[in-house]
Amino acid sequence: MSVSDRIVEDFVKNKIEFVTTVPCKQLGGVIDAVEAEESIYHIPSNKEDEGMGLCAGAFMGGKRSAIIMQNTAIGVTINTLVTLTQFYRMPLPMLISYRGELKEPVACQAEMAVHTKALLAQLNIPTYHFHKQGDETELDAILKYTFMCNKPVAILTDATFWGGY
Amino acid sequence: MIRSDILRELAPTIKDTLTVMNIGLPSQEMHLIDDQPSNFYMLGTMGLASSIGLGLALAQKEKVLVVDGDGSVLTNMGTLPTIANNVSDNYVLLIIDNGSYGSTGDQPTYAGKLTKLEKVAEACGCENVVVCKAEDTVQTVKDALAGDKMTIIVAKCESGNIKVPVITMDPVVIRDRFMNTVAERNA
Repeated sequence: MSVSDRIVEDFVKNKIEFVTTVPCKQLGGVIDAVEAEESIYHIPSNKEDEGMGLCAGAFMGGKRSAIIMQNTAIGVTINTLVTLTQFYRMPLPMLISYRGELKEPVACQAEMAVHTKALLAQLNIPTYHFHKQGDETELDAILKYTFMCNKPVAILTDATFWGGY
Repeated sequence: MIRSDILRELAPTIKDTLTVMNIGLPSQEMHLIDDQPSNFYMLGTMGLASSIGLGLALAQKEKVLVVDGDGSVLTNMGTLPTIANNVSDNYVLLIIDNGSYGSTGDQPTYAGKLTKLEKVAEACGCENVVVCKAEDTVQTVKDALAGDKMTIIVAKCESGNIKVPVITMDPVVIRDRFMNTVAERNA
């Protein structure tokens, strides 16, 4: 089973039925796996804050939701994370491609990478970092933690992690 | 008619409907006119009313009304293609188009100038777009809620505001009573 399929398997195991995505090259496989999973409603969004709005609505409608996005979107979504997801105390797993780390070919991506963990820390968002093959075995526990504490939780996945597969 | 006149007329019609209210004065006005546990008030996050409502509509069976504004839709224009391509026939989006950012002092929006949101919605692929005058809004919303087709309504009205207090209810209380209502309706 591919790592993307294992990630989606953990989504399903944790009753996530509504997933919004904004694409990133690193996330192509997991987005395809979400699309292929029949128990998940996959709704691509045009911008990540829009996606967080969709997830908030789905959560209030009784469905666990998640967002898959790039770390550059942290810069786009701070207001939404603070005034919607956190203010109303909603759980939101955020599977994030951590661009701009080792093996990154695009210089501009490093500019946001250097701010990513600092911004997440400033926002008091619990943050996990998948760097090596096998790190994804924590995903199930991270998802359970997210729905236990009703917070947005970040799972950063870098090129070394994805490259290991 | 201004937005608060429409909301006052609309309140009896939508009192039992799951309703997502746009940020700022629309939420505050509805809260003052007829506070219901079936109302979700946005206390922040400009632009996302239509997205929250769509997520809600897709996740459960009850009808969902979003009371949005032209400024808010302009802020989150990407919402219209998402709505068009994820048809949810229990979803009604009412855009009260007063051509201004009412909550911030009635600065003009582009929708009050050359931009026609109804045409944008159609170009995005929304199939059932209705334009109405302010005084026809209640009937148009009634028809849309009675039907089983996703509907986008653009209701044109004058700009202008009434004085209303801010909502002091805790966001978690707003969310909790709203979710309880959603759960009861879907039981």
